[in-house]
Amino acid sequence: MQKGLYKVLSNIPLTSNVFKMVIESEEPVNVSCGQFINIKLEGLYLRRPISICDFSSNTITIIYKVVGTGTEALSKVKEGEDLDCLIGLGTGYVTTYTENNALVLGGGVGIPPLYGLCKKLVEEGKKVRVVLGFNTKEEIFFEEEFKKLGVETVVTTVDGSYGVKGFVTDAMEFDYDYFYTCGPLPMLKSVYNKTTTSGQFSFEERMGCGFGACMGCSQKTTTGYKRVCKEGPVFYKEEIVWEK
Amino acid sequence: MGKVDTKVTLCGIELDNPVIPASGTFGFGYEFAELYDINILGTFSWKGTTLNPRFGNPTPRIAECKNGMINAVGLQNPGVDKVISVELPKLKKVFNKKVMANVSGFSIEEYVETCKKVDKLDEVGWIEVNISCPNVHGGGMAFGTSPEMAKAVTKAVKEVTTKPVFVKLSPNVTDIVAIAKACEEGGADGISLINTLLGMRIDLKTRRPVIANKMGGFSGSAIFPVAVRMVYQVAHAVNIPVIGMGGVDSAEDVIEMMLAGATAVQVGAANLINPFACKEIIEDLPRVMEKYNITSLKDIIKGVN
Ligand SMILES: Cc1cc2nc3c(=O)[nH]c(=O)nc-3n(C[C@H](O)[C@H](O)[C@H](O)COP(=O)(O)OP(=O)(O)OC[C@H]3O[C@@H](n4cnc5c(N)ncnc54)[C@H](O)[C@@H]3O)c2cc1C
Ligand SMILES: Cc1cc2nc3c(=O)[nH]c(=O)nc-3n(C[C@H](O)[C@H](O)[C@H](O)COP(=O)(O)O)c2cc1C
Ligand code: FES
Repeated sequence: MQKGLYKVLSNIPLTSNVFKMVIESEEPVNVSCGQFINIKLEGLYLRRPISICDFSSNTITIIYKVVGTGTEALSKVKEGEDLDCLIGLGTGYVTTYTENNALVLGGGVGIPPLYGLCKKLVEEGKKVRVVLGFNTKEEIFFEEEFKKLGVETVVTTVDGSYGVKGFVTDAMEFDYDYFYTCGPLPMLKSVYNKTTTSGQFSFEERMGCGFGACMGCSQKTTTGYKRVCKEGPVFYKEEIVWEK
Repeated sequence: MGKVDTKVTLCGIELDNPVIPASGTFGFGYEFAELYDINILGTFSWKGTTLNPRFGNPTPRIAECKNGMINAVGLQNPGVDKVISVELPKLKKVFNKKVMANVSGFSIEEYVETCKKVDKLDEVGWIEVNISCPNVHGGGMAFGTSPEMAKAVTKAVKEVTTKPVFVKLSPNVTDIVAIAKACEEGGADGISLINTLLGMRIDLKTRRPVIANKMGGFSGSAIFPVAVRMVYQVAHAVNIPVIGMGGVDSAEDVIEMMLAGATAVQVGAANLINPFACKEIIEDLPRVMEKYNITSLKDIIKGVN
């Protein structure tokens, strides 16, 4: 974990309510894919956790959807302003389990952390199919960016207005030996039931601190109680206990 | 400008400064030890420990409030035996001062058994008995809401311990002074206050309580004035030291709490928002002391005119 003031390099809308922000650090950032950052916003008490979508030696990219006061305030932050963030939080995706073919399934704003993951899998020479699930055509973001990474990119929309009609689990016909996923809870459950190999899931939970101090985010697993913010947000399929 | 003295004495043990991270907001110290040397702290109060392991409440356990937060963690902890065998050895690697052992229970017997165990530990300087928990034999009413129950717990714990015992009070009462006095009569060596205020938030979209448990403990900057008032009332009514807490997040707040009557001051929710909060407060204390012409913090305890 690192704490600091990070300069906002850009903060632009990708759709009507999804934004992409790039922040810059004066020091090298020590982060990995699947980890998250926790952002302090003026006038709000708790920080807001957002996944790391991409990073370089001194920048971090996040993608977020405006859903409430915090993300609304975030969308109003201007280029050049400083943001107080804790970065490099949690335990991200581990790519060593994929032998050759990885299936990556993302839904809505669960997609961002999968971009950094795909980038890494490609760098490691693995074959990747990514399935990006949205409700409608208007909500789609980052399709081109994934394609540019050189991964086979399939888009699904629930209303069929673009790509494959249906859910991400309707586009799984790919010879995978491992999978990675992030998205809304019903999607994660469906992925859990329909996948035939082992894999990794990224979860969300309301957080007090985001760095393991308050026990606000505990989740039951097959190997005991774990903190979504510390041992997670990424958990192995074998660890998952569905309580909700 | 002369050198200022931040030392205070808490039941015979000298603290380098009065700043103590509050129970439940600092784990067992090592998440913070990755960030800074936690030996700069006065001491810290470890996560509320019970006789048996507890998972706590269902999630969501956390809600945002104006200038504060609600938590309904529900005393998640691995139980006193694991705290001693697993957490304590890890803590010893990063902390070489005496720690404050925060203990919770749901019956007098439970408090007694847990306190007996922590009393034996060299690393423990003080026992902080949290009496905000419901008494399972008392119809679920919190120990800390009745002077009789508060006194009974204090007495029972004092009989089996040798270390100084601080009883930590719940603010959710009509007469905090009566409870504090009952604890003093029961033999308490000091009083800690305040624990969280019972609070609730409702989500406008779903019309459901934000917290799975419906209600939870409200803390953070918003509760500071309530805490100062209660510390003031209690410190002026008992003859034992008081540890003040509730909404503290600056060196100025520490000094205000001490003026109200606190010998030492705990910092809770602020650690969650800014993991460096206690370090920054400690580093800022000399500046604020000089600003208000304070040479020794000991001199300002109960110094309100
Ligand atoms: C590890 C992690 C990674 C995340 N990554 C992303 C991401 O990459 N992009 C994105 O758009 N969103 C992401 N989220 C969800 C994001 O944190 C919430 O949408 C955001 O906190 C909402 O804040 P708000 O003030 O706008 O909403 P409000 O509803 O006003 O928030 C009130 C409180 O609830 C919390 N909260 C609300 N929704 C969530 C949620 N879904 N998960 C956790 N806490 C919540 C807030 O943090 C705040 O404390 C992530 C959540 C977690 C836990
Ligand atoms: C997440 C969280 C967990 C807590 N857990 C405990 C606990 O286990 N035992 C206890 O005595 N108090 C516990 N408290 C109460 C704090 O120690 C403190 O009394 C209270 O939060 C008021 O201080 P603050 O406003 O600085 O947070 C907890 C508070 C928070 C926010
Ligand atoms: S949010 Fe505090 S421990 Fe996870």
